[in-house]
Parts: sequence; structure tokens; C-alpha cells
Amino acid sequence: MLSKEQLESYWRENRNLMLLVLLIWFLVSYGAALISGFLNKIVIFGFPLGYYMGAQGALIVFLLLIVFYAKTMENVDKKYGVEED
Amino acid sequence: MVDKGFAERLKKVYAIYTGGLIFLLILLYLGEKLFNLSPAFIGYVFLFGTIAVYAAIGIISRTGQVAEYYVAGRRVPAVFNGMATAADWMSAASFIGMAGALALQGYNGLAFIMGWTGGYVLLGVLIAPYLRKFGAYTIPDFLDARYGGKLPRFVGIVATLIVSFTYLVAQITGVGIIASRLLGLPFEVGVFVGLMGILVCSFLGGMKAVTWTQVAQYIVLIIAYLIPVTVLSFKYTGNPISQISYGFALQGIEQRFAQLKDDPKEIEVREIHKKRAEELKAKIAALPESWEQGKKELEQQLNALPPGDPKRAEIEKKLKEYPKSPAEAKEKWTDAMKKATEASKPPKSYTAPPSDTKGMVNFLALMLMLMLGTAGLPHVIMRFYTTPTVREARTSAGWALFFILLLYITAPAYAAFGRYEMLNLVGKAFNELPDWVQKWAKVNLITIKDLNGDGIVQFAEIAIHPDMVVLATPEIAGLPYVIAGFVAAGGLAAALSTADGLLITISNAISHDLYYKMINPNLSPSTRVKIGKALLLVVALIGAYVASFRLAIIVELVAWAFSLAAASLFPALVLGIWDKRMNKQGAIAGMVVGLTVTIIYLYLSRFKGVELFGIKPIASGIFGMPLNFIVALVVSRLTPPPPQNIQEFVDNIRYPKGAVRAGAEE
Repeated sequence: MLSKEQLESYWRENRNLMLLVLLIWFLVSYGAALISGFLNKIVIFGFPLGYYMGAQGALIVFLLLIVFYAKTMENVDKKYGVEED
Repeated sequence: MVDKGFAERLKKVYAIYTGGLIFLLILLYLGEKLFNLSPAFIGYVFLFGTIAVYAAIGIISRTGQVAEYYVAGRRVPAVFNGMATAADWMSAASFIGMAGALALQGYNGLAFIMGWTGGYVLLGVLIAPYLRKFGAYTIPDFLDARYGGKLPRFVGIVATLIVSFTYLVAQITGVGIIASRLLGLPFEVGVFVGLMGILVCSFLGGMKAVTWTQVAQYIVLIIAYLIPVTVLSFKYTGNPISQISYGFALQGIEQRFAQLKDDPKEIEVREIHKKRAEELKAKIAALPESWEQGKKELEQQLNALPPGDPKRAEIEKKLKEYPKSPAEAKEKWTDAMKKATEASKPPKSYTAPPSDTKGMVNFLALMLMLMLGTAGLPHVIMRFYTTPTVREARTSAGWALFFILLLYITAPAYAAFGRYEMLNLVGKAFNELPDWVQKWAKVNLITIKDLNGDGIVQFAEIAIHPDMVVLATPEIAGLPYVIAGFVAAGGLAAALSTADGLLITISNAISHDLYYKMINPNLSPSTRVKIGKALLLVVALIGAYVASFRLAIIVELVAWAFSLAAASLFPALVLGIWDKRMNKQGAIAGMVVGLTVTIIYLYLSRFKGVELFGIKPIASGIFGMPLNFIVALVVSRLTPPPPQNIQEFVDNIRYPKGAVRAGAEE
């Protein structure tokens, strides 16, 4: 059984990770939408960047975020010995 | 525990199934080419063939066990749970309507694309792993255990039922429309054929059967979605990967729009629309007299014609379609006026974001509501109870989003191609329009009228229904009918899988949460499952009955479900996990305030024309959601902290290892 301090430190790590993930989540969707008029001036292979972020870019980042969170938490679980058998 | 052998067997079964599906497609293609199979025959093969497969899975997975019935025995591996969640989540609207909405709305439509995917980040990080650790059957179960008592459970049940039932009716409507389009059956018959397809798997095997059927349905829908657009992309560019090739279409659309903006013929047609809008406005202002007058005029015209005159049929049809009451006239004419006003404006840039602040505020608010609503939808959250471990619940959110993205990052390509093809019609003579235009004009999915009488198509003369984009792509790409039929089967799979998930959620909320947990806790496990099954049948029949009225408001209700879920369930779940100090009083006050404020704004904005900060009814939760959080936090701090055992419960769900009091398996 873990001590109270260890449990608190586990939760702190989880919370910080959650905040980081949500910050990026916010920036690629809401942030990008707010400056999409400006981003649209950059055109790559026919795709205006502002439109592209909303249509595909943000979505791919979302997926990467979930994978990143799941992988990192797996390691954190192991570090504190709270992983499942 | 993760059962490796089980996952391997599943992979094999679904690989054989996918192979069989492709074999069937090839067989039907050869049949169409060599034996001239009729479209109706191919339609029947797809409809009954796919439903037979779903039924077979339902029969194989039949069960009477509680854990299997409610959470598929908690042994669904992450990949398969991801596929099932994707099918559960993607409805007929995602499959058929979304690409079209995007084609018509341009950048504004992206709120749906980002909104319906961004919610999975919230689910995977804030909610799913902890609910899985808790390990009960439903959301009300969680609210009860976390906040203690019947009242939180009851509020959870009410929110679940409101959100899920409106959604279910829309899915059954979708099934009816697709079945009637595919086979030419009357809508009501289509509804009941679809209903059999829904019930045959959920009734026999509950969540277990639904899960394995949803995996099969996902495979059908994703293949059906990808084939037409891939071929079309190859035709345009020589690059089959539509997801990266559609940039040229975006450029083409923008150039064409810039040309059409000042085209004198276009301006002429826009003026006609403008005049029409003004006429309608005058008619609406003169209600109810204008309604009576219009009716009288039609009747007089009819009476003036001798019996047997061919023109009589035309006027009789007009009379039949004429609004039945002044109230209906107001609704219909306002709608027509809005459309005419819209058509009288020059085309807006396809890729530019909303240029005014109000438009941007509504865009962002809608996106937030869709994300939070997605993370709070009971039928989606339920799916994360079925994974074997907390770790798998986390990865499962990733797999779910991966399988959803296959469709969602393809939708913008469909949309751009659809819009591009529409613009290609502009400047053509009316007598040289392609066949697909004639075909879909018959069922009113595309309307082209020579308003200024010059014999040439103007952009402002084309009006398309959003469903048109996905449905017509096979023909635009020059594919055989088999593929068009298969796309319809894909749409059917999308609607059926979502309906199944919703049906299970609703019947569980009533049988497990309301009846077993609140009214009669002395039921034996087998009786509980039987009651669940009986309710399933009743709910499905009520859903079909409501769907048969084809109320126009149903489509709107679905969008509202997101605002309602975002303003009620989402805060209660997140605070229950992340805020240990949150207590019963705070959560209930928050949910009640959030739900009430949202419903009031919905009502005022939809029916009374109230508009604050440019927020449309579809994003109405933007006021109730933050209020829910604020009220919950304030009330909880003013009332005593939750008891010791609840605080321990919160600790328990935060760590993957260790027992949770309330989550014991039966």
C-alpha cells in the first residue's frame, strides 16, 4: 500500500499532465479558430492553413494527445506501482 | 485481466467477415454487369443481407447474465471497444449529413468536425478511466455512489432519458428514410424493418450483442464511406488518397466564387430571390388573412377548371401541400423566407472563418457545447464500462477517436468535391445536365430551376440538400449501382448501431437505475435482465411511434441534446472525479440550474427570437454549463464536506489498483 504522500504525488503528476493535454487541446481548436483568418494566408498544397486546422489538423492532434496521455500514465502507474495486473 | 487468446480469435472472426463482405460486393458487381440485376434487387440483398448478419451476431451473443447484459462481461479489448464506440457514436447524421453540411456552410461547418472529435480528449483524460475504475453499469450509478442517495441518481436518470430519447427518435427516423430510399418502401414500413434490425441484436444479448454487432457495423460503414470518395479523388487527381488531395478543389471553389460574385446573370437571379423573400415577409406580416386568401385563390383556380383538365392535378397537389393552419404557414413561410434571403446574397468564401464577432462567438460556443456534450453523452460513456481494465479504458478512447477520424478527416474531402462538382454545373445549359442531377432532382435532394429563364444554370439557381453530397458521389464518380447501394447500407449501419446503443442506455436507465435501484431492490438477476428486455421492446416501439410523425423539430432536438448533456451531466461527472470537496448539495444544485437555464434559453431563442451575444439555440448550453460549474462549486463550499467514506471512494477511483467499494461485480 502506498503512503498518503505518494498517492498525492501520483495525483499531482496526473493533474499536471491533464492540464498540459487540455492546454494543447485548447490551442489547436479554439486558438487556431480565433486566428484562422491569419493562418489562411499560409497555403500548403492548396490547403489554407486555418481551414486545414479545423478540418483535419486539430483532429490529428486530438488523437496524438489521447495516445500521449495513455502512454505517459501507463509509465506513471508503473512508477508508483499502481498498475493493474 | 486482458484475455489474449480471446482478442486473437476476435481478430480472426472479423477478418473473415470483412473478406466475406468484399466477396459479396464483387459478386453483386458481377451480377449487375453480367445479369443486369435490378437496383431494387441489389437494395434488398444489402438491406436483408446486412440485417441477417447483425441478427446472427445477436443470436450467437444472446445472454441472460447481468454483467454480460449490461457491460458485455467487461472483456472487450481496447481496439474492438474503439470500433464499437465509433459505430455507437457515428450516427446517420455523421455518415450522410455531415459532409453535406460542410459543403454548404464552408468554414462554419467545421464546428461540427472539431466539436464531435475534441470531446474524446475530454473523455479519455477527464472521465473514462475513472468511471471504468469505479466499474458500475450506468452514469446514475456513479452519481448515486459519488454523491450519495437517491436524488442525485434520479436527476441523472432524468438527464439521461431526455438526452438519449430525442437522439433515439432521430436515429429511427434516419433508418426509415434510408430504408425507404434504398427500396422505395413507404417511410413507415422502412421504420419497422429497421426496428427489427435494431431489436434483433439488442433484445437477445444486451450490451454484449450490441458491442459485437457494432464492430461489424463499423466495418460496413467505413468501407462504404471510403470507396466512392477514393475513386473520385483518383479520377480528379490521380491520387487515391482523398484526405490529402482535395486542396485543388478548395482553390477551385474559391476562384469560382470570386468570379461569380459580380457576374451580372448571378446578380439578376439574386434579385429574384430577394423579391421572393420580400413577398414572403409581407405574407407573414398579413397572417392570418394572407393564409385564408392564398387558400381561397387555390380553391377558386381549381373550381374554374373543368373536370378532367390535366392542370387540375397540379393545383390539387398545391392544395395538399398548402399549410394546414396559419401557425403552420408562419413556420413554413419563415423558413422559405430565410432560404430566399440566404440565396439572395453573393456566395461567401468557402475557407474563411466568420467575419463578424457574433458569428465567431457562436462558432466557438457551438464547438465547446459539442465537445462537452460528447463527453457527457450517456450512451458513449457507457461503452467505457465494457473494457477489461483502466489502462484499456484510456487506450480505448484513443482507438475510438482513431476509428472516428477515418471518417471525419474524409468528410472535408467529400464536402470539397461535392461543392466543386456543383460549381461545375454553373454555366451549363439546362438540357445538358448530367444524369445524376435529374435522378436526385426527382426526390428533391437537388433543386435547379431556371429562375431568370435564360436556359443556363446560375449558381444562385441551385439548391441542394446536405444528404445529397455523400449519396450522389458514387454516381458522380461513375461507379456501378452496387456501390450506391452499399453506401446506403453503410448509412443504415451507422443509424442502426447508434440506435442500438441508445436503446440499451434508455432501457438500462429505467430497468436498472429507476426500477431495480430505486423501487424494488429485491429482484433476482434473471428477472432484472428480463425486465430490461421487456423495456427495450417498449422503448423501441414508443421511439418508432414518435418517429412515424416525422416532426421537423427532431433534427434540431438532436443538436440540443449536446447542449443539455454539456450543461447537466458533464460538470457533475468531472467535478465528482476531480474535486474531492464536491458534495451532494453542490452537484444537485449545479445540475438543476444548468439544465433549467439551458432549457429556458433554448425555448426563448428558438420560439421567441431572443438572442444573447449571437448565440443560436444549437449552442444554448453555453450559459447553463458554466453556471452549473459555478453554482456547484459555491454551494458545495457553503455546505458540509462529503462524508469520509465518499472521500475514500474518490481516492479509490483515482488509482487504477485497489478496491472500490461500490464497484463490486455481481
